[in-house]
Amino acid sequence: MGNDAHTPDAAASVDFEQVQSTGQFQELRKRHRSFVFPMAVAFLLWYFAYVLLADYAVGFMSTKVWGNINIGLILGLLQFVSTFAITGWYVHYSNKRLDPIATEIRHEIEGHEFDRNGNRVGGANK
Amino acid sequence: MIAIPAAVDVAALKDTTLLNMGIFGLFVAVTMVIVFRASRNNKTAADYYAAGRSFTGSQNGTAIAGDYLSAASFLGITGAIAINGYDGFMYSIGFLVAWLVALLLVAELLRNTGKFTMADVLSFRLKQRPVRIAAAISTLAVCFFYLLAQMAGAGSLISLLLGISDWGGQALVIIVVGALMIMYVLIGGMKGTTWVQIIKAMLLIAGAAVMTLWVLAIYGFNLSALLGGAVETANNPAVLNPGLQYGKSDTSKLDFMSLGLALVLGTAALPHVLMRFYTVPTAKEARKSVVWSIWLIGIFYLFTLVLGYGAAALVGADTIKSAPGGVNSAAPLLAFHLGGPLLLGFISAVAFATILAVVAGLTITAAASFAHDIYANVIAKGKADAATEVRVARRTVVVIGILAILGGIFANGQNVAFLVALAFAVAASANLPTIIYSLFWRKFTTQGAVWSMYGGLASAILLIVFSPVVSGLKTSMIPGANFAFFPLSNPGIVSIPLAFFLGWLGTTLDKRREDPAKQAEMEVRSLTGIGAEKAVDH
Repeated sequence: MGNDAHTPDAAASVDFEQVQSTGQFQELRKRHRSFVFPMAVAFLLWYFAYVLLADYAVGFMSTKVWGNINIGLILGLLQFVSTFAITGWYVHYSNKRLDPIATEIRHEIEGHEFDRNGNRVGGANK
Repeated sequence: MIAIPAAVDVAALKDTTLLNMGIFGLFVAVTMVIVFRASRNNKTAADYYAAGRSFTGSQNGTAIAGDYLSAASFLGITGAIAINGYDGFMYSIGFLVAWLVALLLVAELLRNTGKFTMADVLSFRLKQRPVRIAAAISTLAVCFFYLLAQMAGAGSLISLLLGISDWGGQALVIIVVGALMIMYVLIGGMKGTTWVQIIKAMLLIAGAAVMTLWVLAIYGFNLSALLGGAVETANNPAVLNPGLQYGKSDTSKLDFMSLGLALVLGTAALPHVLMRFYTVPTAKEARKSVVWSIWLIGIFYLFTLVLGYGAAALVGADTIKSAPGGVNSAAPLLAFHLGGPLLLGFISAVAFATILAVVAGLTITAAASFAHDIYANVIAKGKADAATEVRVARRTVVVIGILAILGGIFANGQNVAFLVALAFAVAASANLPTIIYSLFWRKFTTQGAVWSMYGGLASAILLIVFSPVVSGLKTSMIPGANFAFFPLSNPGIVSIPLAFFLGWLGTTLDKRREDPAKQAEMEVRSLTGIGAEKAVDH
């Protein structure tokens, strides 16, 4: 990269394939993906269900529930609520389940436990 | 009992010009001082592009809100709700839900793997040159569309506030706005730009909060009564239901799906939003930024719901449409109705500041992409020193500023929220598939990236060119001609799946394999944050 070639990079001499193949890293990746993928699918489905309803079920969405407040407005506001809730849930999950293990791996690498001269595992493919 | 709204005397708005300009001048003066102070520490490329990675999560989150809540959000969405009712509200939902894509899939991983630009991440484990060039081109294209939208917004605002309806007078004010923006970015770099965005976000949210409480107070804090008022003034109960704008035909319904797709997938692929994640020291702070911005943006959009229906009820759609500035004038007219010249002056100054701050953010992103990706890594092949690169970036700022001024003069009068929606469609098509694939798909290759980016970019832009936006209708950019064979005004529903497909196809057909060591490095870095550049001490 063109810049900051002088910046010392703690990870310059790390064997990343070895780190990638460790059980610890695999666990981190599994925890990350098993949360973000289902959650992303869920909120996208919920959002598109809402858009489809607004588009093709106008009668249903226009049903008044209380005063002038109709189902469309309630579902729209629930999109706000679900967005806030998923945000909070993800932060909680990251703090509890992702950050500790990521920090642990980072400390190990920075402590050069995975130096190229160290015990290298060949064929890190899974 | 609800008072019958007094008609807003549009002619009286001209009398407030001096006050408006005074408040705006104060904002410019204060931010200029801050920008000058911030610029003292601009030494390295990381200082200029990424503010020395010294902002906290909450500061950056506020700046992201300042960057994201553009004139399109404030003027465009309020206006869209005031005129089209519920359909306008749906814009804001797409704009908000989209942040979950950024939070869950992009922000932290991107912070851990890149330095200054989106292309840093995309070219991390692929072939540098072709991927970097493609990413830089799509960055410049998205920034250009977004810039046009903001500058067009400036034009609308000017015509309303200064009563300048002639083309030359509006052009002059656009030039002034553009020149101010160039100064901010030239002097302040990312740090100055960030502070302008933070201040502007606080002013905008505070202003919207005051107006929201005011409108709600008029209706006894009863949302149902406010909605009733909107129905009464519009004399049309359908303003509360979906479909007023997009429910007219099967084509317009499909168009709405297309828009929804572009909005929800576009945010996490906007280069100027992505670049903001580099201004914080760690991935954890990047996460905090997104959380902070989701709350600010969500609350702000709840305000626009009240403001939009408030404008519909208190000002009335007909008055808004006939005012200079049209749809975009709903928020300023509501401010005038509520608080007279003083509130109008404050809200207008905030709207100007909004345009200024967003334009500054876009300009620094485009300049960084040109200087860092095209100049330093492609033309100079990585041999340029940081000082030369920053010098190139500064020159690019001036060029982009001039282009933005010219574009703004010609895009004057286009609907702002709509132009922004196009920028989202281009971003979602050209950038998002490659971002997702390179972060999560091990086998992804250079050919897949290049096909996806150029395919997404070209299909999105071509479909816009051959859509009713450009020709065929009275409201088109070229009303006289008709070459619109694509019926939808938003290309997302075709171009986004196409770009994902091309990324897959290009990878599958690619005989070359990418280096597994680079893939391992990117994955380990993205999840653990090892080696990510920390804050620069001063």
